[in-house]
Formats: sequence, C-alpha cells, structure tokens
Amino acid sequence: MSEDIQAGLAEILEEVAGVAPADATPEKSFTEDLDVDSLSMVEIATEVENKFGVAIPDDELANIKTVGDAITYITNNRG
Amino acid sequence: MSTNDDVVVTGLGATTPLGGDVTSTWEALLAGRSGVSRITDDWIAEFPAQLVARLAADPAEQIDRVRARRLDRSQQVAVVAADEAWRSSGAGDAGVDPERIAVVFGTGIGGALTLLGQDDVLEEKGPKRVSPFTIPMLMPNGPAAAVGLAVGAKGGVHAPVSACASGAEAIRWGLDLLRFDRADVVLVGGAEACVHPLPMAGFAAMRAMSTRNDEPERASRPFDKGRDGFVLGEGAAALVLERGDAARARGATIHARLAGAGATADGYDLVAPHPEGEGAGRAIRAALRDAGLTPADIGHVNAHATSTPVGDTAEAAAIRGALGEHVLVTATKSQTGHLLGAAGALESVFTILALREQIVPATANLDDPDDDAAVQALDIVRREPRRAQLTAAVNDSFGFGGHNIALVFTTA
Repeated sequence: MSEDIQAGLAEILEEVAGVAPADATPEKSFTEDLDVDSLSMVEIATEVENKFGVAIPDDELANIKTVGDAITYITNNRG
Repeated sequence: MSTNDDVVVTGLGATTPLGGDVTSTWEALLAGRSGVSRITDDWIAEFPAQLVARLAADPAEQIDRVRARRLDRSQQVAVVAADEAWRSSGAGDAGVDPERIAVVFGTGIGGALTLLGQDDVLEEKGPKRVSPFTIPMLMPNGPAAAVGLAVGAKGGVHAPVSACASGAEAIRWGLDLLRFDRADVVLVGGAEACVHPLPMAGFAAMRAMSTRNDEPERASRPFDKGRDGFVLGEGAAALVLERGDAARARGATIHARLAGAGATADGYDLVAPHPEGEGAGRAIRAALRDAGLTPADIGHVNAHATSTPVGDTAEAAAIRGALGEHVLVTATKSQTGHLLGAAGALESVFTILALREQIVPATANLDDPDDDAAVQALDIVRREPRRAQLTAAVNDSFGFGGHNIALVFTTA
C-alpha cells in the first residue's frame, strides 16, 4: 500500500519538480535534498489531491518535510 | 562624444516564425519565405481573421522540461532568444561583475496564455486548482525576470510595456543605462506569445487584422494597395549592448553601434496613429539628433509598417518628412507577421544585419504600392533584397497608446 503511494508520489515529483523517481525515497527532505521550492510544494499538494483524493491543508503542508512525511499523511488520510 | 556614448551591439538572438535562431531567420527573410499560415483549430471557424505567424521552433523543446513548465510561452521565447544573444556575445565569460549586468526586456501583452488558461482552470475546477505559478507566469515583467535569472543579472531587471513599441523601448532603455554608467553589459529585447482566441478576437474587433484567409503568405502586405491589416506573430529577439571600449578590449565581435534613440508620444489618439505621422517623424528626428547624424547619413529604414491601411501611410509620411526620399525602406513584417512587443527588437536585429551584410531585405507582397504620395515617393525595396552601401540605418517602432521609438544603428 505505502509502496503504491511512494510510487505515485514519485511520479508527481518527477512531473512537477524534475526529481528522478529513484531519488524520491522516504528519508529525503523536499527542500534540502530534492530542491523543491515552496510554490512547487503547493503544486505537489494539488497533484496529491488529484491522484489520491487527499487534500493537504496549508498548516499540514508546512509540517511535511520529507517524502516519508507525505507518504504517512496520505496513508493516514486516505478514505 | 564621450566614451560612455559609444554603445555597441555584441550579441544577437532570435526565435521567430521564420526560424529558431538569428541565422535561420535571416536566411529565410532574404529568401523571401513567409512565416504566416492559416489556423486550422476548431475554435477559429467563426473568426473573421484566421491567420497567424507561429514560431518555427517550439521554445519549450529548447528549455529543460521542469523549467519550461514554470514559464509562460512569452517567457520561454524570451529565454531562448536571450540565451542565443548572450552566448554569442561571450559577455558571460568576460568576468563582468553580476551587479554590473542589467536586463531590459519588453512585452506588449505579457503572459496572456497563462492568464487565460488559468482562468479556464478557475472556472472549471475552482480556485484551489489554480497553479501557484500563475502570477509569475502572467506578469508582464515575467520575460525580463526569467532572462535576468538565466544570465545572473543583478544590476537591475526592467520591463518596458508600450504595446508594439516595447521591444524598441527596451533597446533605448539599455542605451540609457550604459550612457549613465548604471551597468557595463545590458541584455535587451522583446518577447510576445499570445496566439489565443481572446487576443485574436480583440484585434479582429478593432478591424486591425488581415482577413485574407485564403492566401496566408500574401496577407501581410505593408504599403501595398491591397493591404487589409496585420497578421499576429509570436517570438522574441534579444541584443547584448555594452560600451565600445570595453567590448573592443575583450575582443568581442561588434555587429553595429547603437548610435542614438528617440522617443515621443503622439498625444493624438489612444490607438489611431496621427495621420501624417507627426509623432513618428519627431521620434526619427530626435534619434538623429541623439546620434549626431543628418538625414543624408541614413541609408536604410526598417519600417514598423504592419500592413494596416492607416498606419503604413502615416509612417511613410513620417519617414519622407524626417529623412527624405533617398532611404531604402523595407517592411519585414510582410514575412514575419507582427510580433507586437517583440517587433522592435526583431527588426533592430534585421537593421543591424542589413548594416553588417550591406543588404536590405525586400518587402514581400508589395505588388502595387499605395497611391499615397509618400508611399509613391519612397524607395521601398521589393521583389528581391537589394545590395547597398550603408553606414547608418533607422528602425521605427510604434505602439497603441501613441508610443513612438526610433533607433539609429551605424556600422561597427
């Protein structure tokens, strides 16, 4: 299940921010490791909602620092 | 003349309906090829004017994919043209302090495709789906900002907006920055990419566009009796300007000197040009004074001439009045279409190449010159390019709002 989410998130990261899928591993920080800026994080949140049906409010988005954080949030909030 | 007044052009770039770079564009221009075609998309069916001059090369394919998706098409073309100019100038390898590098890049309309595209998203999917890149992609300083970022310019990034004079206004602004010693190298130009139903409908509603839909390549016909409006084009052009002493010291290739500029406003009507081209003539005279030249020095004019019934005759009167009847006039929009905010930059590139190569491109489709006295009196190059001994040339640019810019270039 979380592998599906990781793969889906990797697709989004590649499309939006040019991150190679192999680099989208749970321990990676969006800003520190993957060079994803704040506007791109907003775009990623929109795509997460499109793909997984999980909306990420701004205050929650601010707490998502790593790919693993995003996977956990999507897993916990998926209907 | 003080040293600061000697401003030279050391880099040229362009992406246009005739080619993806300067060389291919210039070759297509001299060969008489047209960049105009008829739109075949479904939406065009009810439009009176269905012609467009599309880019010869997709700019998105020349830029990194992730970077391209965050740039409006007007920014993409700006970056492509600026990159060519910058690389060809060698200024990036000359050790110039980034705080002494400036950018001036104009656009007439800005990020129209983003504005209209994101409005569709808003209407169809709601506010939460609107892209976070909407504003930086639609703002009219977007092309200038994208170019500034691309070359690492920290000496100021500016974006003149004066409709179809924007590209020429950028060049004039760059000249001033160098003369006032605000920068050592200035990357200037203009960009436009607004082929979309709304601008097409708006220009058509003004009766400004050609409806010669069955003959795309013959539709843009400046100074011809049968002209009936302009053809909307897209693209960008860029120039690298620097002071002559610095350019020569680093062994740069000098394509031409930017000898002077003149800017006026018609003070007549928001969109209609003064019928005798009063403001346009004043701009040309002001540019000559600025360059310290006389009408006899000017051998060639790249006219703004968009192929509208009123504009072309007004400009012919202005050229004749300010310069006389000896100048070799050409109207390259006959092949490129009208690139709006990029037009002045692209036509400055053509003016510089005419001086450098000593050849004036022909005005296509000028089969039957207008009966207007000034059009009849002027020597408008047609049918084929003409070899000539040129030492100085003028590029005219005018924009809705009554903006008039004339630039004077001289041989290196």
